[in-house]
Amino acid sequence: MQSVHIVSAYDEELKFLSKRIAAMGGHAERMVEQAVAAMVNADQGLAQKVIQDDIVLDEGQREIDDKAIVIIARRQPMATDLREIVGAIRISADIERVGDLGKNVAKRVAAVDGRQPNSLFRGLEALANLALTQLKEVLDVYASRSVEKIGFVRDRDDQIDAMYTSLFRELLTYMMEDPRNITPCTHLLFCAKNIERIGDHATNIAETIYYIVTGDQMPADRPKGDKTDQVVSPGTVID
Amino acid sequence: MVDTGAERKGAMEAIVARLRRRRWVLAAAVVAIFAVHAFGGISIYVPLLAVVALVAASALPADAERQPADVTAAIEAGGLQRLSGEYLAAAVADPLIIFDHAAIIVHANAAAFAAFGGLAPGMSLSLKFRAPEMQALLDGIVSGDVASDVVDYTEKLPVERTYRVSASSVGHATDLYVLVFKDQSEARRIDRMRADFIANASHELRTPLASIAGFIETLRGPARNDPAARDQFLQIMQNQTGRMARLIDDLLSLSRLEMKPYLRPGTEVDLRQTIDSVIDSLGPLASENGLVIERDFIDGPISVPGDRDELFQVFENLLENACKYGQSGGHVTVSIARSEDGPDAGIDVTIRDYGPGIAEEHIPRITERFYRVDVENSRSQKGTGLGLSIVKHILTRHNARLSIKSEVGKGAAFTVHLPAH
Repeated sequence: MQSVHIVSAYDEELKFLSKRIAAMGGHAERMVEQAVAAMVNADQGLAQKVIQDDIVLDEGQREIDDKAIVIIARRQPMATDLREIVGAIRISADIERVGDLGKNVAKRVAAVDGRQPNSLFRGLEALANLALTQLKEVLDVYASRSVEKIGFVRDRDDQIDAMYTSLFRELLTYMMEDPRNITPCTHLLFCAKNIERIGDHATNIAETIYYIVTGDQMPADRPKGDKTDQVVSPGTVID
Repeated sequence: MVDTGAERKGAMEAIVARLRRRRWVLAAAVVAIFAVHAFGGISIYVPLLAVVALVAASALPADAERQPADVTAAIEAGGLQRLSGEYLAAAVADPLIIFDHAAIIVHANAAAFAAFGGLAPGMSLSLKFRAPEMQALLDGIVSGDVASDVVDYTEKLPVERTYRVSASSVGHATDLYVLVFKDQSEARRIDRMRADFIANASHELRTPLASIAGFIETLRGPARNDPAARDQFLQIMQNQTGRMARLIDDLLSLSRLEMKPYLRPGTEVDLRQTIDSVIDSLGPLASENGLVIERDFIDGPISVPGDRDELFQVFENLLENACKYGQSGGHVTVSIARSEDGPDAGIDVTIRDYGPGIAEEHIPRITERFYRVDVENSRSQKGTGLGLSIVKHILTRHNARLSIKSEVGKGAAFTVHLPAH
């Protein structure tokens, strides 16, 4: 958005979109952070707060959609502007999804009940840290528009997948040890999956930003994803 | 009263200055008016009135000059003519960001670049600081609802940092605002460390305790009449109590060190003799592990100010680690060298092993309490997870530094830099 339009209101509208996206992103980051903290500390109050906060993101997405459509109708944007607007619609949808995933983790706090071995939560925390770092870096790139740095997203995604696979195995082991673990561990498994999905949404956002700035699609060598589809019993992976 | 007088005088001077600046235009206009009077034959009062109106209009300050004149006056009044906002920002040690009404960065000082990275003039602040409380702070300041405000802002990643952020507008109607970040991470981190320490210490003590309790139960029950098992169990229990005793020893020496953190040791210690006796005392452990300890000392007397017992403990812990974890290397080198670089002159003692080395991600953390690179290996070597924390504590007391260099597969080198004075 370096160039300036003759109609300054148009610039204002575009700025509004990116500002709103940043605010939504910050909100989503906070929600995921708090959802995981609530899970680790078995904090019901915090979990409830996260569940209620999701409404803010839903509103944000609706607002961005409306604004974007109004801009397209009124200003007939071209090139970068058009990409900026379509990108904003896509990114806001991704962020809204991240919020939903965070909310889902928060909802499971009650079911897991905090009596689990600490190492389980430590794994979940580490996974969440990776996903949140990815989300933060991607949103930082959205602010600075320095897409040349976007390569990190793929490496980070590999790390998240590796961590998720190891957590998956660990949870499976606990379930096999004692059937009473099955309920909480299944919930934790879903939490881990949710957090892993957050990483995927961050990757999506990165691809959209790349498209907004360069006009090209990001080269399509996406990592293959986690290996949990190959885990049969703990310790074995079919290649 | 004095102020109003000065102000009135200043205003008079400004009017005179404005009249002088426009004197040629004024003169031309006056001539024109009298020319019209001479040719038109109208009453003398009309051109006189016109001249008065003209002079009055010229004395009014023009819109364009009003603003800078006021600003200059304000700056001159402070006697700060040569003060630039950038110099002022650079002189502030805390991160400081100046931004305009659209929350676009106008200037960020070096500390802000170092702390947050990726900042550039022209970038939107609300895109960079996305946390809800920061958004609210920026919105409140820019909209003019509040003149200044303070929030606590925590950045969790990549490392947890907590700031107290204060925002306020700069001057009057300058359309500039400033954000100042006060780092509160240290206080927060110390609180966290204390809580972690208690949790870790009780966890470390509970593990051997649980195993002893389990064995006692077995000895009283199923293994009551089995002498072979009894001997074996008693042996394990003895090992576990030994571990607990070591742990308590280490905890005590750590807390003793913490009680007197700033007591500067006064006496001189003969490093050569101290390290020789450390090597002698660890000789049996080294030969048991099939290691040779090599010495590489400089000539002449080597002494540093310090506490002999504490320094003995430092080198004992470091050399013991080298003997325990560097088994595969076959030898361990202890070297003493003099480092003469500038103000930092002192003695460098390096203890180098040729074992498996330490992976890069662990190096920054291995001096943390109970941090272990490999839990199983550490337990089997009778480690308590506190050795390097003690080393670090003692060295801090001696104003000394510990630097660790390691590459996986090539061993590790722990260098203690002791200042000469």
